Amino acid sequence: MMATPSALATTTADLLLVLLIVVPVAGVLLAFALGDRYVRRVAFTVIPVGLAISGGVLLALPQNDGHLVYLLGAWPPPLGVALRADGLSAVMLAATAIVVCAVAIFAAADFRLAAGYGRAPFAFWILLLAVWAALNTIFVGGDLFTLYVALELLTFAAVPLVSLEGRAETLQAALRYLLFALVGSVLYLMGTALLYGLYGTLDIVLLSHRVSAEPGALIAAALMTTGLLAKTALFPLHLWLPPAHAGAPAAASAILSGLVVKGSFFILLRVWFNVLPGVPGFAAAQFLAALGAGAIVVGSIVALRQQRLKLLVAYSTMAQIGYLFLLFPLALDASGRLETGQALAGGLIQAISHAAAKAAMFLAVGSIYAGLGHDRITGIRGAARALPLSVMTFGLAGFALMGIQPSGASLAKELLLQETARTGQWWWAGVLQVGGMFTAAYVVLVLAHALSPSDQPVALVAKPPRGSGLAALALALCSLLLGLLPWEPYLPITYTVESKLFGDEALVKFLVTVFGGAALAILLSPWPHPLAFSAAGKTIMQLIAPLRRTCIGLGSLVETGDGVLRQWSTASISLLLVALLLAALMFAAN
Amino acid sequence: MSSVSVFGLCAAAAVGLGLYGLITNPQSLRKILAFNLLGSGVFLLFGIVGRRGAAAGVGNDPVPQALVITGVVVAFSATAMAIALLLRLFHTSGSTTLGSRAPTSSRSDAPGG
Repeated sequence: MMATPSALATTTADLLLVLLIVVPVAGVLLAFALGDRYVRRVAFTVIPVGLAISGGVLLALPQNDGHLVYLLGAWPPPLGVALRADGLSAVMLAATAIVVCAVAIFAAADFRLAAGYGRAPFAFWILLLAVWAALNTIFVGGDLFTLYVALELLTFAAVPLVSLEGRAETLQAALRYLLFALVGSVLYLMGTALLYGLYGTLDIVLLSHRVSAEPGALIAAALMTTGLLAKTALFPLHLWLPPAHAGAPAAASAILSGLVVKGSFFILLRVWFNVLPGVPGFAAAQFLAALGAGAIVVGSIVALRQQRLKLLVAYSTMAQIGYLFLLFPLALDASGRLETGQALAGGLIQAISHAAAKAAMFLAVGSIYAGLGHDRITGIRGAARALPLSVMTFGLAGFALMGIQPSGASLAKELLLQETARTGQWWWAGVLQVGGMFTAAYVVLVLAHALSPSDQPVALVAKPPRGSGLAALALALCSLLLGLLPWEPYLPITYTVESKLFGDEALVKFLVTVFGGAALAILLSPWPHPLAFSAAGKTIMQLIAPLRRTCIGLGSLVETGDGVLRQWSTASISLLLVALLLAALMFAAN
Repeated sequence: MSSVSVFGLCAAAAVGLGLYGLITNPQSLRKILAFNLLGSGVFLLFGIVGRRGAAAGVGNDPVPQALVITGVVVAFSATAMAIALLLRLFHTSGSTTLGSRAPTSSRSDAPGG
């Protein structure tokens, strides 16, 4: 997938890879040097430049055979360190740049960040650029140690974003996040040390030629995978995610939820498919996807039971992360080798689609919070009339997430479903469909409350600025239209997906997803909807009352279980168990 | 027993103790210290990796040493950041435990936009 570096001379296009990292880092340093007053000006100079560089990589890649390589100091690996970009990195770079831009526009207009909280605005802009630099390094890093450093930089930039407001509970959330992420990165580093001991190099391309499924490599694979799972917050290692993502200011949550978790996910893809191709094995992939399925079910059910909108969206992130992991068993054949790469493409498109949609969702929820002064789901009646732009953004982002045509998620789902049919793993097809319905459930739940009319006029605490609303709306539209983009030059999509925009089939899929979601929302959400008190609503409610009671009881059981899993000691023991199970499965497969 | 295996066992012991401390200690400061122990075990592992090359007559491999130095810097910054957060938490709330309860759904109206 990546070129061997030896024969390539550096071209101007390759220099872009260096600029990708240098420009945001220079922005951070410059902002520190110039101080508080110029930080925004620096950010708004750096961000368009960074966007242009990412766009440049996207344009340059097809002209360079799909590979860009830059050798630092012109030393080829294993002596030196290489930066490499392939199709996967290019699309992730572009998606990151777009989300960063939209969030920056939102934050510039956001009065919470502009008007106070001491040094919070200064910190936000610097951390935004730092997150961007770290992510770019992850996407173009060519060896495992560079990836480790980038991963740590990402954590160090993300943790303060959680506690920007400095309240005790956000500080606590940040500390939990930091400590758990550190355990994850130590496990990753341990795997790196083992691989270096075995093969004498950490360069991804060189390693991929040298590895074989021997015990050391298997243990390294299990350790690195577990570490990255802890950083990605895959169920049951998600203890830090809900409080961290729900406690941050809207713009910071958007970055954390949309982008930061994708960094460690991307490294995981690299480890499985580039560094150790064929080593982890089919059984371990099934295990990862099973955890993903667990994340979808638990995350969605707990999301439906949340009282606060921000926590609902945070739990939805947990469920969507599970969705990403369904690609692993579909991408590997029974011997554990990467087959067509179509599932990989589908998973990556899903990641990008989620990045844009979830960022838009958090921004919209931030605007609703700012407008109403609270974000209780039962208290947002009439919000659609008072804050039409924010509610519409939330709805569009939600539709994009559920996989309505022509969103990126629908393309991703289509690709993954084709793979389940081809490889005969029908059970994951079921999970994919149920995942879409669960997503629809919490989107429908929120929209049903926001769209229902309020008895008294809604009093707005503050009017969210139009610029920020438009930025969020643009992101939601991006996610909704991702399925129309030509992905073939960058991602290994082997056969074309016929996306009929307005065909009967698309309509049926849409209706099944939405009605399935609505049914789930009625059965699993404990909050009474105003319509339930109308005459027709009452009869329906009476008819389904026993079923609903059972479902709500089940839901509360799941919520309790989630609370237990999110205790520190339970979560760390799950971490060890996941590592042991992964290692056992890998040994069994080889 | 060769020196490499002695150091290897030491690394394993440090990693084990660190993990144990991280899981069982309720206090954040002790968790941070345990993380440092865990990290030291991993750095020792890197050192052994370098020594293995030396035992084979290749001369001491400098790459793991460079990696360890970078790793130490990273671990140092991580520790500094964790301590800073901890201090801030102590000043704000007067306690340093992590409190397994995350913001629950019952807490209705905390400012968290």
